[in-house]
Amino acid sequence: MTAIHSSAAPPALRRVPKPFSWPILLVGAAIVAVEILLGSQVSEYYFLLAYVIMQYIVLATGWNILGGYAGYVNFGTAGFFAVGCYTTIALEKLADVPLPIAILAAGVVAGLLGLGTGYLTLRLRGVFFSIATLAMAVVLQTLIVNWSFVGGSRGAYMMRPDALAPFTTYVQYLLVVMTVLAIVAVMVAVAVERSWIGMGLAAIRDDELAAEASGVPGLRLKLLATTLCGAFMGMAGAPFPYFITYVDPPSAFSLAIAVNAIAMPLIGGTATWWGPVLGAVLLGTTQQVLTVTISSAANLLIVGIVLVVFVTVAPLGVVGLVRAWKGRRT
Amino acid sequence: MDFSWDLLLNAVASGIMLGGFYAAVAIGVTIAFGMLDIVNIAHPAFIVLGSFLAYLSINSLGIDPFLSAGLFAVVGFVFGRYFYRAYYHFFERRGDDSLQGLAFFFGIMFIVEISLVLIFGVDYRLIDLPYLAKTYEIGFVQIPLRLAAPCVAGVAMLVAIQLYLSKTFTGRAILAVAQDLEAVRFVGANPIKTKEIAFGIAVASAIVAGMLLIVIQSVEPSIGREFIGRAFAICVLGGMTSLPGTLIAAMILGIAETMTSTFFGPSWSPAVAFGLLLLTLAFRPAGILGR
Repeated sequence: MTAIHSSAAPPALRRVPKPFSWPILLVGAAIVAVEILLGSQVSEYYFLLAYVIMQYIVLATGWNILGGYAGYVNFGTAGFFAVGCYTTIALEKLADVPLPIAILAAGVVAGLLGLGTGYLTLRLRGVFFSIATLAMAVVLQTLIVNWSFVGGSRGAYMMRPDALAPFTTYVQYLLVVMTVLAIVAVMVAVAVERSWIGMGLAAIRDDELAAEASGVPGLRLKLLATTLCGAFMGMAGAPFPYFITYVDPPSAFSLAIAVNAIAMPLIGGTATWWGPVLGAVLLGTTQQVLTVTISSAANLLIVGIVLVVFVTVAPLGVVGLVRAWKGRRT
Repeated sequence: MDFSWDLLLNAVASGIMLGGFYAAVAIGVTIAFGMLDIVNIAHPAFIVLGSFLAYLSINSLGIDPFLSAGLFAVVGFVFGRYFYRAYYHFFERRGDDSLQGLAFFFGIMFIVEISLVLIFGVDYRLIDLPYLAKTYEIGFVQIPLRLAAPCVAGVAMLVAIQLYLSKTFTGRAILAVAQDLEAVRFVGANPIKTKEIAFGIAVASAIVAGMLLIVIQSVEPSIGREFIGRAFAICVLGGMTSLPGTLIAAMILGIAETMTSTFFGPSWSPAVAFGLLLLTLAFRPAGILGR
């Protein structure tokens, strides 16, 4: 009898990863330190490039909290992103608000938007939520085009303020802000993934009825995920006006953001937090290189084709491919 | 804006005509999404593809789009059958048609849209059919042929498909697929082949709807996105699986949109479909004809 007991440790004694991840925080802090130290030593182009990739990490991670963990597809990334973007512009027009506060405000507005859309559609089948987000992006764009206070269809110019003390340029400041945001997003995703919230969401994804029957508070968890998803997308959009300095509806509601936010997690792999990060780094870098060499429309066409190829042939993404390859070797 | 009976009657009349066209737009969604449970969000992209085919037909080949639409619809039907077979092979058979399947259609929508941008550019394209330039007047209600002809064609297409579905064996099998897949097998119809045909019809209807679209208004590659909300709102409001319901819902949306654009300004009309979709989902998810 005793031999049997000692061979299988009870589940409580197995090594369970903690929701709070110190390694990610340390790696993130190291990246921020490098960005600050590099200062004026590298060309600003690399800062702009890194900013775009960091922005995609936030978007892909935010998308994955709902899409990957709960299995609900948000097609309205561009809409949430633009809401964040225009929150900053509106606040800037009203009062001189510092960027971190604008980001928080954008998170609240976009999070509430996610909560509202989720509340109206999530009680039904998941596809209705997807369709609603897709239609919502179009409606939001109409709204912004008709709202002359934030520039309407003409667009709005944003002046970059002077750089603050430890930063040599404002672009460097933006990069550090976006990096911090990416670290927060990834750490929240890790916390969700490793806690009872993530387990509940995974149960919903695999069998919603069974999950509800065994006591998972389905609607509340889904609403939490929808709110987080919307909030991160909005926060990713908040610094964008300072980044490009001129915002019009087509650039805020950009096709690139709509497709990349979905393509990156699906190409990386949706089951874990590092799938979207990997996808964002891979696709983001590739696109930056390709935009220089070929046109940006052709570039997006390639992203679309890669997305279709991955979902048909490798539904588990790069993470799944790596795992299959490792499994074959051992 | 001053209220007048004159304006109201005109808004209702053009709403009904617009509704006939919207019915053509939504047929494919009702078949694919409602009956076959395939969330084809690329449907509006196929519609825009149809518009550009009609544009090419009259400007490069010199063939009237109303004549060539039939041929393009057949091509669309064959394409749709193979498309569904691929979708079945990669997603439905594996059983993970929710997340990956949705992303697949999103990718297809994107590929079609960007390809059209690369080929035709982002300009608005228009076709000019002189025989549709006339406008009839009944009392103070104006009936432009440019709107009336697509309405008649759309309603005719819906009636034809409804007759096919209710009178023929294959058509009834399609309706049965929506209700009970096992039962379809028992009566000797192959469910996969049945779904293939149904999806082919859905794509063919999108191609025809696209031709009607470019008769009504000028078209650019990304205009399809405005029709996603409309098509799905009509499908849900019409009760998901019913083509007569689709027609009624399309009329309701058409009238609601023209009323909004007459009394509040045309820029608000895209928001109507979205509002209608949310209200339907929140208060009456079974649709108008549902119990």
